[in-house]
Amino acid sequence: MPTLTFIEHNGTAHQVKGDIGQSVMQAATFASVPGIPADCGGACSCATCHTYVDDAWLSKVQAAESMENDMLEYAFERRDNSRLSCQLIISEEMDGMVLHLPASQF
Amino acid sequence: MTLASVVIVGAGQAGFQVATSLRQEGYEGRITLIGDEPGLPYQRPPLSKAYLLGKIQDTNLLFRPADFYTAQRIDLLHDQVTAIDRQNRRVVLASGDAINYDHLVLATGAHNRPLPVPGAELPQVFGIKTKADADALAPLAKAARNVVVIGAGFIGLEFAAVAAALGANVHVLELAERPMARAVSREMSELFRQAHEQWGVHFDFREGLSRIDGDNGKVCAVQTADGRALPADLVVFGIGVIPNAQLATEAGLAIENGIKVDANLLTSDPRISALGDVANFPCLQNDEKHTRLESVQNAVDQARAVAARLMGKPAPYGALPWFWTDQGDLKLQIAGLSNGYDSTVVLGSAADKQLSVLCFRNDRLVAVESCNRMGDHMAARKILSRAPRLTAAEASAEGFDLKAWEAANRD
Repeated sequence: MPTLTFIEHNGTAHQVKGDIGQSVMQAATFASVPGIPADCGGACSCATCHTYVDDAWLSKVQAAESMENDMLEYAFERRDNSRLSCQLIISEEMDGMVLHLPASQF
Repeated sequence: MTLASVVIVGAGQAGFQVATSLRQEGYEGRITLIGDEPGLPYQRPPLSKAYLLGKIQDTNLLFRPADFYTAQRIDLLHDQVTAIDRQNRRVVLASGDAINYDHLVLATGAHNRPLPVPGAELPQVFGIKTKADADALAPLAKAARNVVVIGAGFIGLEFAAVAAALGANVHVLELAERPMARAVSREMSELFRQAHEQWGVHFDFREGLSRIDGDNGKVCAVQTADGRALPADLVVFGIGVIPNAQLATEAGLAIENGIKVDANLLTSDPRISALGDVANFPCLQNDEKHTRLESVQNAVDQARAVAARLMGKPAPYGALPWFWTDQGDLKLQIAGLSNGYDSTVVLGSAADKQLSVLCFRNDRLVAVESCNRMGDHMAARKILSRAPRLTAAEASAEGFDLKAWEAANRD
């Protein structure tokens, strides 16, 4: 079970265990990490599960597909390492991955 | 006002979200969430699409794992509420228990409008509402050779796309003259009709059914209203829903196309709220006419509004409605309500399966339908949530780009 670390905008860190094949968004919501409302439940329809993948871990995630990119354009304070966490599927390689949360999802 | 006990009837998207949002807002009292389905609260949208295709496992349908409810002190009861005793402020359960409330939240949802024809009781005839429906349907969908879908709305078409992808012959009967006629513009309907036909789906518009024939208790054919027999081993219908308002009716609450609520989502009893699919509310985007919306967005945003009000932060509900449906490789997203639109401007190309239809009423943008143009959808949500409004003339200009317009017209 890979462990992921979510760091809130205020610096609070949450270590979360995720299942292989589960989305990073779901691992976070299952563990009640605050700041990820994920309104649409993972359908890539709402852009409220925005995270920043820590630069050291960017090589472990696949590039965003075009629809995710389109949605991210409207995420709050998009950066180069912005991803919708519902589109990141947990793999063994992600064990230890660090994700940062934006100040807001809206 | 301190509430010692909030009771929520219905553990779907709306009920779950009220419980969760109450805790997020810092509510310390008792929360009882009563659902009549087994298991933990789950999301329904994947049931008619990804879940049937096996792309989502059942644990991934859950909103939260079991320990969440314990940690958040949300008492999840699997029971049926049989009566609301408003005088004594309690709900009576089928198990015989009664639970007191200081505030009651009705999130009872809706059930599928039944198929009113002989043969609808055969075991291979399905509506899709619950996980149990989808679990029973999934193996039949994989094995089916001839599928007849009744109703070309979101659910019917989502299932038609699934069945076609699973290799079945799919025939859709629809009373209207085009798919999703109540929900989207003619232009968008046409894109979806063509796409489904490319996937092998056959449509009969302006056509109903008279009965479903069985052979030894198994579906074998659907008889159309005009007298044809369509071979079928599986029938799935999606012909609308009926709000679950019986409890509220029996309790004497104001009823009108569901449970009638005010702008604060309160029923005619100020100690009872109603929200989600069952609630008929004065809708800002529909000229404040009472409107009932069946969507995830509506359930989630209304739940947040109810929780905020119960925590002393009342505000009239006015969130922008938005919707989505996934069919094959098409993602349709709708922002706003297009009711009564009188003109459209089309962006993109149906041939490329990338189309946005801007719907105007009296030259005011009221809704944007987007297929595989998610940037347009997100831009539309921003534009529709605030002034200034976009005019049809501006949108019709050569090379108009909705996202660029949105970026240029922020505040």
